[in-house]
Amino acid sequence: MNEPLFEYLLRLGDNDVVLAQRLGEWIGHGPVLEEDIALANVGLDLLGQGRMWLTYAGEVEGRGRGEDELAFLRDGSAFRNAQLVEMPNGDFAATMARQFYFDHAHLLLLRSLCKSSDARIAEIAAKAAREVTYHAERSADWVIRLGDGTDESHARMQKAIDRLWPYTGEFFAADAVELDLIERGIAADARALREPWLAAIHLVLDEATLTRPAGEWMQGSPNRGGKQGVHTEHLGHLLTEMQFLQRAYPGAAW
Amino acid sequence: MVTAEQRALAAMPATGGAAPTVDLAWEALAGVPDPEVPVVSIVELGIVRGVSFAGGRLRVEVTPTYSGCPATEMIATLIRERLAAVGLADVDLVTRLSPPWTTDWIAPEGKRKLAAFGIAPPHVQGARIDVAGISPLRRARVAVPCPRCASTNTSLLSQFGSTACKAQYRCEDCREPFDYFKPH
Repeated sequence: MNEPLFEYLLRLGDNDVVLAQRLGEWIGHGPVLEEDIALANVGLDLLGQGRMWLTYAGEVEGRGRGEDELAFLRDGSAFRNAQLVEMPNGDFAATMARQFYFDHAHLLLLRSLCKSSDARIAEIAAKAAREVTYHAERSADWVIRLGDGTDESHARMQKAIDRLWPYTGEFFAADAVELDLIERGIAADARALREPWLAAIHLVLDEATLTRPAGEWMQGSPNRGGKQGVHTEHLGHLLTEMQFLQRAYPGAAW
Repeated sequence: MVTAEQRALAAMPATGGAAPTVDLAWEALAGVPDPEVPVVSIVELGIVRGVSFAGGRLRVEVTPTYSGCPATEMIATLIRERLAAVGLADVDLVTRLSPPWTTDWIAPEGKRKLAAFGIAPPHVQGARIDVAGISPLRRARVAVPCPRCASTNTSLLSQFGSTACKAQYRCEDCREPFDYFKPH
């Protein structure tokens, strides 16, 4: 098995699946009907993308695990998503701030992966990038609308932007797994995405009349984040709900 | 009827001795409605990317509109049923991701049907949406004409409507909300 490639595909797929689950938690609870539907639709796009990555991961692993086994029967420490996407939904501002940070990192990542030397990665990325273009546009819209809105919406968005900021670091760190794949032209060089991401984030925050997070510090020392299987306590709770059915009734299907 | 135009959009010319079977399959597929937008067929939607016949088996290549489209499995079932009904049972259904689907592949007739159904069809080319060049700020928006009164005095309510492929708009003149099939 190509171990680094398997790991990398889990990182791509788990980000999508975990964030899709979070967005799904909003269904029936959105602030207005249009946004309830939009949150579900963005989640659905991510779920579809996650399925493609995990299916490929299962093939690379070659042990007969498919998308379902990987999503529903792995323990938390085997998940490789970034910690940002497992953060609880909080209020609508926190959900949109999380989405905003993620979407713009995601879009840059997918754009870079369109040029991957691995043809399967390149075609999934090309498909996903079109969808994520709409996600990024929408979340930037909401950051601007709430940041440049009422005193209350501004305060809540600023709080969310500040609180989630430290979790963005690991999107731009590359460990041994990725360095190997970068060298072979398979993975995107995450380190090169930080500057364009910051430029995009700053542009939107300025337009939104929000203060750029001051601290330079971000989590993501290359070997101690979600990508290496180190998670916050929130992931376990999320998986308890997401995996309940397959854990309680193994092999259940309908 | 499958027109030459639709054939060309699906990039699939008929081939040699297999032509009668391939033609039969195209005719059958043209009768499969999209489950979420049933006024258009899957052929008019441009998601049938290839039909070929070799060694007694029919091969149908289908591309998803959106990665998470929940209709994908339903479409596969409908395709098998419709083909079986015309005597084509040995079918390999293949998902093709590349090149990714674009609304540019929706046949002109399909766009007319969408508009008549009250869904504003995509009216700018999807391929022109340059993913690499997107500004992090809002894209300059083009006016979307209202499918009811044709006014261009319309505004965006949400980038995501009743399905991922549609956005919600409102006409500021006739005051009706409507779906817009997003350029993709």
